[in-house]
Order: sequence, then C-alpha cells, then structure tokens
Amino acid sequence: MVAAVEAAKAHPDPDALANLALVRHLHPVPDPRPPTKEAALGERAPSIAELERWATILRIECVRMLAVAKSGHLDSSLSAADIVSALYNRVLRHDPERPDWPERDRFVLCKGHAAPIQYAALAHHGYFPLEDLMGLRKIGEHLQGHPDMTRTPGVEVSTGSLGQGLSMCLGIALALRLDGLEDTAHVFGLLSDGDCQEGQTWEAVTAAAHYKVSNLTAIVDYNHLQTDGTTEEVMDLGDLRAKFESFGWDAVEIDGHDMEAIVEALERSRTLDRPAAIVAQTRKGRGVSAMEGRFGFHGKPPTPEQAEAALEELMAKLEEQTAALAATEGDS
Amino acid sequence: MGAKSEPTATRVAYGEALVELGEKHEDIVVLDADLSVSTQTAKFGKAFPDRFFNCGAAEANMMSMACGLAATGKRPYASTFAIFATGRAYDQVRLGIAHNELPVRIGASHGGVSLGEDGASHQMIEDIALMRAMPKMTVVVPADYNQAYRATLESYERDEPMYLRFGRPATPAVYDEIPETLGEGVDVLREGKDITLIATGHMVWRALEAAESLKREDGVDAEVLNVSIIKPLHSESILESIAKTGVVVTAEEHRVVGGLADAVRQVAAEQHPVPIFAVGMGDEFGVSGTGEACMEHFGLTARGIADRAREALLLKPIVSHPPLLGRDWT
Repeated sequence: MVAAVEAAKAHPDPDALANLALVRHLHPVPDPRPPTKEAALGERAPSIAELERWATILRIECVRMLAVAKSGHLDSSLSAADIVSALYNRVLRHDPERPDWPERDRFVLCKGHAAPIQYAALAHHGYFPLEDLMGLRKIGEHLQGHPDMTRTPGVEVSTGSLGQGLSMCLGIALALRLDGLEDTAHVFGLLSDGDCQEGQTWEAVTAAAHYKVSNLTAIVDYNHLQTDGTTEEVMDLGDLRAKFESFGWDAVEIDGHDMEAIVEALERSRTLDRPAAIVAQTRKGRGVSAMEGRFGFHGKPPTPEQAEAALEELMAKLEEQTAALAATEGDS
Repeated sequence: MGAKSEPTATRVAYGEALVELGEKHEDIVVLDADLSVSTQTAKFGKAFPDRFFNCGAAEANMMSMACGLAATGKRPYASTFAIFATGRAYDQVRLGIAHNELPVRIGASHGGVSLGEDGASHQMIEDIALMRAMPKMTVVVPADYNQAYRATLESYERDEPMYLRFGRPATPAVYDEIPETLGEGVDVLREGKDITLIATGHMVWRALEAAESLKREDGVDAEVLNVSIIKPLHSESILESIAKTGVVVTAEEHRVVGGLADAVRQVAAEQHPVPIFAVGMGDEFGVSGTGEACMEHFGLTARGIADRAREALLLKPIVSHPPLLGRDWT
C-alpha cells in the first residue's frame, strides 16, 4: 500500500491515484466470507460478534468508496453501520437473487445521504458486484449520490430529500397490508435526526398510528450532529423517544452501537401490534477515532491521509474481530 | 358510465370514473387529504373503504405515501386541490413520483380561479407550469365532464406519472358522448381557415362560443382546438392548424407563463413562427367572488377570447405573410 502511494506521487493527480491504491477489492478484507443468505438463516443466525465484524467491513467499504469518489457523507454512513449490519445480515428477510420477491422485508434508507452504507451492504449480499462500489457518484455508474430505485438493485424507493422516507415506508406498509402480507413482510425505515426536524416525518408518524400499521419500524440514527453544528445548537429535537410514544407508537431508546441491543430491538419491533420506533443513540463517524463525534465532517469526503489512517484503524479492528471469531470457532 | 349533456363539473367525472375503475381493478387505491367531498373521491371511499386512505390535512405525507404504495404494486390516485397537490407537495411529487416514474395519478380538483369565493390562497394558476416543468410528468386538462370521465379511465392504462387537472364549477358539455379516447390530446372541435383558437379545460367551451361570435359578427372562420394533454404536447396537430391559419389565440385558466400559451409558443417558435396571442392570467393573483365573476374579472370569457382574436387578426397581414414554411412545414 505504501509503495503504491509512493508511486502515485509522480502521477498528475496524486490524490486520485493514492486514493485508488487504498481501495483494491482484490484483497479487500481477510477471510471475506459471504454474508449468510436468507435460506441459510434458519440453520444458524449470525452471532453478535459476526454482525459486529460485518459492521467493520461495511465501514471499511464506506471509507474506500468515499476516498475514491472524493465526495459524499462518510460520517453519516459510519454512525449507521451497526444498524445496517444487523438489518442486512440478520433481521431482514431478503433474497438478493429475487429482489422482487413480494414477501421480502423492505428497508428504506430515509437518510438517503448515508447511501454508501446501504450500497456496501447490498454489494456484499450480491445485489451487484463489489467493484461497482468504486463507481459511487460517478457519471455513467449506477450508484447515485442518494439511493435511486430506478438504477440500483435492492433500493426500494428513491430517497435523499429529508422527511419523505417515513411517509414512503408507510405507503409500502399499507400496500403490504392490502396484499395480506402485513404479518410476513415488515418495513424498516432508517431516519436521521435531520429527518426528524422535517415536519413531514411527524405527519407520517401521526398517520401510521392512525392506520394502526403493525409492520413498520422507524429507526432513528440519532447522532446529534448535522451540517451546521450539533442538533442541540441548530434545532434541538429533545426526547425523541417520548415524542414517538406520545404519537401512539411503541418507542424504545438504545445504544445504536450495541449490537445485541440493536438486534433485540429490531426483532422485538416485528412482533408488536403497532408501529415501532427505535431511537438509536449513535456517534457520527463511529469507528474512525479522528472523526467520531466530531463536528465538521458532514458531507466532506476524507483526504487521502485521513482515509489511510481510517483504513488502518478499521483494518486493525477487523483483524482483531476475525481472530476472536476464529478462536471462538476453534473452541466449539 | 353515461355521457352528460347538462353542465357538470369535471371533478364529478373524476369521482364517478374512479368508482368504475375500482370495480374493475383491485390494484387501484385512492388517497385524499380531507377534501374528499370536494374532489369527489368520497364516492370511491364509500364503495371501497379498504382501498381509500384519507390522510387528513397532510398533503406532503399523502404524496410520499402514494410513492410507497406505487412502489409496492398499487396504482394510487392522490387527490386534493391543485394548489396543495402541486404547490405544497412539489418536492414530494418530484422525487417520490416523477423521478421514480411510478404510476401515480395526481387528481387535482379546483384548478384555476373558477373555484371562486375562497380567493387567491386557493386559486391555483401555476400548477400546469409546475407540472410541465417537472421531468417525466404527463399533464392532462380535460374540457368537460365527458372528456374528464375518459381521461380518468384512460389514465389507468398508462404507465407514467400523471397530473390530471379538474375544476370546481359545472361546465357545459363540449363532447356529446364520452369520447373513445383522448388520442394524442389535441382535438379539432371546429374547422376554420382564418385563425386558430387553442384552448384547454374550462376555456374550451368559451373558445367555441368565441368562434361562433367571430363568424356571426366578423365573418371570420376560426378553427378551435381542444388541448387535453398539455404535456407531452402533440406538436403535429398544433402545427398543422397554425400552418393553415397563420395566427393563434390560446386560452387557459392559468398564468400565461408556463402554461398552454408557452407550450404552443415553444412549438411554433421553433417550427413555424406566427403571432400567438394569449388569454390567461397575467402577473397577478386571483380574488374572491363567484366563480363566474372571477372568470369575468380576469377576462377569461368567450368575449375575452374573441376580442383577442380580433386584435390578432389585425396583425396577421403584417406579420404572417408570407408564411415562413407554408403548409409543407414537415
């Protein structure tokens, strides 16, 4: 890797080449075992440790994508990595070979600006080749800056304009109810704190309670940082859990980086007879210590140096997690 | 389905045709935002309560819900007043419906100033402009009950997002029967050689009256076109008439900016420039009054069209001869 960076210094655009050197997919992660397919889930659901390891892999992909794209929202993607890992690797009933399967669970990334984290999960599940990730935000490639259902397999609806996602989720949930799939197919929407500042989200929250939908879960990636500062400075959202509850939802608050809590909250939300909110307290930029919980990275891609440092940190984490997993398997 | 010969509002046709569609097609769902009696979707709601969603006064949520329903295989008709469907929920319609090219029909009633007493806050005179500017959106404005009935039925057969504009007041019949189809969206209702009157929606019957008056008082043979599909505009039909008469008056219950006038001018300017005079709303908002009084106030009348036509005819010999390309404009 260092040699590649050295070689890049002679290149007219050393940034681009240096970034590219960081993102070889041929040696992406040690032991890249594919995610467990839906069919295999019955036999053995991925363990908490495995889900955590997958979250690290998704984070690594995000850093790589953003380093190459030199554009996008890295810290917003990182705060959602654990939730997305739990969803795609364990909670969602989905089948990449049948993206149109009518009974599948739906995942909607209401906070569309965190698209890289969903793209990473979709690619690792085979919705499209891993190589496509390097086309993020580039002309002629299918991975748009915000999720686009008309271009990217596995994206249920296009998002990116804050506040609209939960309403879309509600429409999907009602359509599934009309098709008699309310008890089988569940809709999970991942919202940001920005989503919760938009009035439309509360129109949707009101309506979901009114229609008594039981197959809708809203997860709020409450990372407390937005473009212009902390949410407390810009527009304080207060006690989101209490707000959802007062609208008639089931609402719980969890640590959005505690995998066990995430999985438990998500699986519990499927069993309820009313819409469920999971307010996940998270840290923006989670997993990259230079970025974690710090203001000033929203919408800013990492520099080559930041990307390299982030990758080094995440790869070390991954090796540690992989070794721990191997040791556990050795025991059993 | 039955044709109406007495004056009836186009929104009534929408409501009744939705019930007919609902009986035939399981995948139709209808959404409204607490205006279902006005938009006439209450009839569908009564017949098919399971497939009717009253979203309350929350139009943005309604449009995004329609997106979600359509993305899951339904064919939603989302209804409210034109002002809220396009003005308040523009971004929701844009990203969720038009961008995704989903088969959502926006049934917008109370377009224009003829809704009357509620005044400027409710009189939507820019909706056609907004929906025309939106990529992938088809814009339909039927002329009377009979055409509105067909427009609603036919909308089910099409796959693209559609904006359907209906009106509040009872409006005279232009078509004797419920037409077989909207076709290309431009119908020649009256043939003539001297001037072309191109109208849409509530202005179509007024254009026909204006043509009568021009014939009676000035001996002018006016050709009258009804444009029911403003976007995509079938330019051949427009150009064929323009090439014949050499001068045009457009008439719409809408701003002359961005609406029918601009659509026709765009086609003509590129392919067959002739003088085109517009009847419509200038740089002004509506006012309260009865619907008919509002139309009078803004000159949206048969006489308004005829007077504009007379002005245009004065200019015709100066600017239209010789026609640049003649009839062989193709």
